[in-house]
Amino acid sequence: MSWEVVIGLEVHVQLATQSKIFSGSSTEFGAEPNTQASLIDLGMPGVLPVLNADAVEKAVKFGLGIDAQITPKSVFARKNYFYPDLPKGYQISQFELPIVGMGHIEITLEDGSTKRIGVTRAHLEEDAGKSLHEDFHGMSGIDLNRAGTPLLEIVSEPDMRSAKEAVAYAKAIHSLIRYLGISDGDMSQGSMRCDCNVSLRQKGEEKFGTRREIKNVNSFKNVEKAINAEIEWQMDELESGREIQQATVLYDVNKDKTFAMRSKEEANDYRYFPDPDLLPLEVTEAVINRVRQDLPELPTQKIERFMAELELSDYDARVLAADRVLADYFETVVKESGAKPKLCANWVSVELLGALNKNDLDIDTSPVSAEQLGGLVKRIADNTISGKIAKQIFEELWNNGGTADQIIEAKGLKQETDTGAIEAIVDQVIADSADQVAQYLAADDNKRKKLIGYFVGQTMKLSKGKANPQMVNQILAKKLV
Amino acid sequence: MHTKTLKALSNALAAGEVSSQELTRHFLDRIKQLDPGVNSFITVTEEQALAQAKAADEQRVAGNATALTGVPIAHKDIFCTRGVKTSCASKMLDNFIAPYNATVVEKMNDAGIVTLGKTNMDEFAMGSSNETSFYGPVKNPWNTDCVPGGSSGGSAAAVAARLAPAATGTDTGGSIRQPASLCGITGLKPTYGRVSRWGMIAFASSLDQAGPMTQTAEDAALLMNAMAGFDPKDSTSTDIEVPDYTADLNKPLDGLRIGLPKEFFEDGLDAGVGQVVQEAIALYEKLGATLVDIELPNTHLSIPAYYVVAPAEASSNLSRFDGVRFGYRCKDPLDLEDLYKRSRGEGFGEEVKRRIMIGTYALSAGYYDAYYLKAQKVRRLIKNDFDEAFKNVDVIMGPTSPNAGFKLGEKASDPVSMYLSDIYTISVNMAGLPGISIPAGLSNSLPVGLQIIGNYFDEARLLNVAHRYQQETDWHAQVPAAFV
Repeated sequence: MSWEVVIGLEVHVQLATQSKIFSGSSTEFGAEPNTQASLIDLGMPGVLPVLNADAVEKAVKFGLGIDAQITPKSVFARKNYFYPDLPKGYQISQFELPIVGMGHIEITLEDGSTKRIGVTRAHLEEDAGKSLHEDFHGMSGIDLNRAGTPLLEIVSEPDMRSAKEAVAYAKAIHSLIRYLGISDGDMSQGSMRCDCNVSLRQKGEEKFGTRREIKNVNSFKNVEKAINAEIEWQMDELESGREIQQATVLYDVNKDKTFAMRSKEEANDYRYFPDPDLLPLEVTEAVINRVRQDLPELPTQKIERFMAELELSDYDARVLAADRVLADYFETVVKESGAKPKLCANWVSVELLGALNKNDLDIDTSPVSAEQLGGLVKRIADNTISGKIAKQIFEELWNNGGTADQIIEAKGLKQETDTGAIEAIVDQVIADSADQVAQYLAADDNKRKKLIGYFVGQTMKLSKGKANPQMVNQILAKKLV
Repeated sequence: MHTKTLKALSNALAAGEVSSQELTRHFLDRIKQLDPGVNSFITVTEEQALAQAKAADEQRVAGNATALTGVPIAHKDIFCTRGVKTSCASKMLDNFIAPYNATVVEKMNDAGIVTLGKTNMDEFAMGSSNETSFYGPVKNPWNTDCVPGGSSGGSAAAVAARLAPAATGTDTGGSIRQPASLCGITGLKPTYGRVSRWGMIAFASSLDQAGPMTQTAEDAALLMNAMAGFDPKDSTSTDIEVPDYTADLNKPLDGLRIGLPKEFFEDGLDAGVGQVVQEAIALYEKLGATLVDIELPNTHLSIPAYYVVAPAEASSNLSRFDGVRFGYRCKDPLDLEDLYKRSRGEGFGEEVKRRIMIGTYALSAGYYDAYYLKAQKVRRLIKNDFDEAFKNVDVIMGPTSPNAGFKLGEKASDPVSMYLSDIYTISVNMAGLPGISIPAGLSNSLPVGLQIIGNYFDEARLLNVAHRYQQETDWHAQVPAAFV
């Protein structure tokens, strides 16, 4: 049988506000347990929530970023359930009327093709605290620092057809929220978490199959692995003639398998109802317009500009615009170096990203700054150094810091461009290589092209790599006749 | 001294006839001596009260006294008071020392008011007789075999017995006005949003409203000046200017249009109560008011709708009492589920549990539309009835409660008959309007209240209309014999 995979994602994004969504407590990550929990976060008797305007603005930004309708009057609702790290016994969320309505986002697949994914809605809600089950001798500890951190829950349409598409979608959302500056998107700290809804149906079938939801996946790599593990499990079930039961599952990284947490029958009845402590949230046209004016250049706009103004290829533009920090880095290199954007693009996307990948780092934590790399590329562009020497200097910058100019100066790496000096070296090489010269002169044009490499290599070696390779070629061609 | 109104005490303090410390000592002594027979206080804060009184006297010497500096009052035990037990009359919060002050308490403290203690109430404000308190029922000072009404029964009884010159209360479905009526005092429920709910332990958030419980309308006006106002900590409080509620107290009532809803005078109204109310209305006519017959056709839906909306909100509001962070926790829980079940099962009383069950049911998947949504629609109808009525009248009058104080235990086993005690008050909460109950006479030697309902934020007019009546009558000045 031939199966079609249907995937929808619910992405939770922590909004980068200074204070919590309904209280004045700080949202900083990593403080001592319960030091960032106010009376409101503790759910003390008699306390009331007051909505953080910055969280609203960030949600509106997201809505505009996905070209969605902003709900003029959205409503906060209480989602009721008991859990020790949920202090009030309910989570303030949005249910029937979310702040952001239907929108869409474009994803880029590995083969370079693009696809539009629908975003059903995005709503504001508060995060819960954390239950700590270790170190308490059979009891549980509760840390409420995270309780009340503003979240934007972004719900996609079931538009994805493979784990790879789901990852591309998650990356597109990640890129967008960083572009908009509404979240750091740091998945390792839980600033962005994915719930993946997966179902299978026979190819050609209109009706969706029964879905299972993989909860709380915390890296792009795991999104792909978890979904593939789930697809494999569901396919086995269906192939064996069993039916899929709706369920919530967790992905076990070590076993590379998904496990059911609870079935639909055991699911909570959350008893949603409008929170009487909060008035309906009105977002006026004026606020929307102000936010719209302050919107930064978004990924698709940036790709277009990179191609039109900087003459980058579609591929380079997409790689560099995928992340706002990376794009800013690239543009700084262009500005600092004054070099052709294509040369800068190569250095950023090949040399720098390659090194970062190899060392498991990302652009935020690059040991070489955009200014440093710009200084280096500048010296390639103005022929002070060759590309080969530049790689050597890059390594030096990576390991020990400093500037390209300092390293060139200190190590005497400046490229030799004095014709007389290069001629002297070439003469020396010719004098030392009588056999090779004879062989060269006897050869036809085709063979000569291969044989000349020897002389170039010797000249470069003798010049300690500093001779300008183009000039070496020219002078050799002139002298070997 | 204890039969004086807040206004008279304020004057006496200003004239130097008495000090706040003397006054406070006097009321503390009365509480010690007389409250065992009334049970109106859960906590008496003697030490703090005397310290506050001392500070108030010093403030007066320094020339910084306000109109209320140094007068003592009591707070319903639903308001959080920093460092003092705040129990909501529940076993659940018997061990709860509030770590902060409610805005109402904070504002009163800022005005220099002295807090005598925390008054008894129905558990979590759920009740109309003050019999659901974990600390035992409050007795009606007029007849200690009778209930004082509820849920602010402790505040009402304390003021009626002159154990405190005034008190704060809260009103979700009549909890200020009904006990005020049954105890022969003045009780004002302001417009929803007029007084901050911050620090007031929530029963039904969309209905709860704090207000003053006093001997006179003038005293209520004085307290409203201290209590009312926008609070950035309460998103449902309204940001409109607070008038000086004492300014218009004496305005003549010529031309005042009083609406008399026929639904408030039908079956179910005690004959003695009805007569007292009719006499009061007749007096208003003499004072220059005109009477207008009106209809509030959806009145009969107010109790059923209220008993969906209020328990629904309560079921969620009371979820935080789970034995995890504060309040009662059961002994030796086996696991999390056992901790929840037994802490809540043992910590809450019967009426509270009943309402949590009703509310949980009403919000459940599959029932939400039929109950909660329907009830919200009914609420809209009730509001429309009032909006329509106020096109033609300035105030609406009728009984506060269908009966005077009933016997302790009489309705305790019949929740529906108990719920009907609030038939005339509940619709006012459902619409969010202000209402006041003032003493208008006696029926079988028990006080009867007249209810006056006003338009949104028209508290000044309600106080004016009530004050003029109190200038002509002395029902408000009557004190039950045992407490003179």
